[in-house]
Amino acid sequence: MSFREKNRHVGIVGIGETRFSSHREDVNQPEMIREAVKDALDDAGLTMDDIDCVVHGNMELFEMVHQPDLWHTLGTGARGKDAFRLTTGGTTGGTLVGAADNLVASGMYDTVLAIGFEKLQEGHTTGGITNMADPLWARKLQSGALTDSAAVKAIAEFGADRAKRVAMLYRIIMDKHACLNPNSHRAFGLDWDQMEDLMENSPPLIGDLRLIHMCSQSDGACAMILSCEKKAKQQCDHPVWIRDHITVHREETLNLCVNHYPNETTHRFAARHLYERNGITAPLDYFDVFEMYDPSAWWGADWIRDFFLLEGDEHYRLIEEKEIMGGGKMPINPSGGVLAANPIGATAMVRVAEAAKQVRGNAGPHQIPGTVNHAIASSFGGTMWTILMMLEKELNW
Amino acid sequence: MKNSEESDSYIIHGKLALPYTYFAGRTGSTFLTTLRDHRTIMGVKCTTCNRVFVPPRQTCERCMADIRSQWVTVSNRGTVVNHTVIRYQDKHLPRKPPFVLAMILLKGADTPMAHILEGVNPDRVEKGMEVTAVFSPATTNTLLDIDHFEPVAEAP
Repeated sequence: MSFREKNRHVGIVGIGETRFSSHREDVNQPEMIREAVKDALDDAGLTMDDIDCVVHGNMELFEMVHQPDLWHTLGTGARGKDAFRLTTGGTTGGTLVGAADNLVASGMYDTVLAIGFEKLQEGHTTGGITNMADPLWARKLQSGALTDSAAVKAIAEFGADRAKRVAMLYRIIMDKHACLNPNSHRAFGLDWDQMEDLMENSPPLIGDLRLIHMCSQSDGACAMILSCEKKAKQQCDHPVWIRDHITVHREETLNLCVNHYPNETTHRFAARHLYERNGITAPLDYFDVFEMYDPSAWWGADWIRDFFLLEGDEHYRLIEEKEIMGGGKMPINPSGGVLAANPIGATAMVRVAEAAKQVRGNAGPHQIPGTVNHAIASSFGGTMWTILMMLEKELNW
Repeated sequence: MKNSEESDSYIIHGKLALPYTYFAGRTGSTFLTTLRDHRTIMGVKCTTCNRVFVPPRQTCERCMADIRSQWVTVSNRGTVVNHTVIRYQDKHLPRKPPFVLAMILLKGADTPMAHILEGVNPDRVEKGMEVTAVFSPATTNTLLDIDHFEPVAEAP
């Protein structure tokens, strides 16, 4: 995999988020986006005059609007500026930050505004997702966005009792985090003693995937402002530095099950390469917080193993011992993660934004205790695509 | 007049039916017409990578060579290499749930193809299970000219 060091350092100088909700009838799409853009500009102490370029993205087809970036200029502030639209499915938010990072690092623009949004209540998710399948070979033979495959796999490996317990424990931990985050769409106030009841009696979706395990469909937007080192230091007392990011694709038409490629997950492949090229040998010790794109509690629990290159049941023990909560060995999703809110085109950017807030130390009620020097955020989408983004408090690597 | 903070927020309901045309191309068309007229499943072989692709494609996904003329016939029988059970109902699904979608590696092919698997309890599907294509009595000029796959009856 070819990789070049950045031309120049890039810092996050502004972060904006709307509150996330299933009901934003009070605003249309550009009005909702404007809330996040204004929040990010205010956070950075900048105006649109300081922005050289705007990158904009969400899920294709989900709201049935063609070229939304044109209409959305009302909310993005992109009028008269260079602008790009990017859409890579669930990873869109991560792609937007990665593109903004590259645009600034290249020297083309000093300050770039990245915007991810989704208004899922306006569209039809399954309609969009089923259009992903090749019309000739697969459109008549497909399922949809939901799967219990992670549950089947976990139960086969760890037994039904332990696997179901870990998935529900992970879910309750995420809810406890979500309850501290004022932007959460879903924060139920679940408690530990509800575990058995939720495992046995909560509404099922598919197989052992229950409704409570699964992420929501949310409305919301996220905006981030990235600047080159020189500008960032002028604009901001404590920029959060983007050290590196990696994108790994797995294309649907490439059949992995007959060993065309090593059957390593994209998550583990991405993590291994990112850590290797940055000289990180013990990621669990190195990072202080992880914001993961966890579409369901089953996936979230499972993926910890790949992202930190763990073996056996190490990831399960981290969950069972609640080491993924604030103050633990590896706090995961202090924001509540994707289970707390899933405005898809914004979701992956929210992971980076929330990780950056933790580094700054001003995340709000869900700020974790202790200093956060090193953070990592993941994006997930498509047929297992991964983006990992590494953030640093200091420019000292 | 109420001020904007107090006024109602209307939701406009709409519905789009989006017809589309898909050009199967010569390679895809040959596959479909052979399936329809001869009940034969064909793939293409990349002689560089020594792999047979089913369904066929014009170029090898690994070396990007043009392989459109390198047709090979593969068996109507194969093995299940992976599967999933669809347990929910939706308009776009080809069967009433629960039903099985399997990745089936046909004899003579190096890539598995997705299709419906019937004639077996969804909870009893196993990797390596031998299956055979059951053709549809009426053609649809699509991949569904293979109606489904079903397990090969075990020899007595």
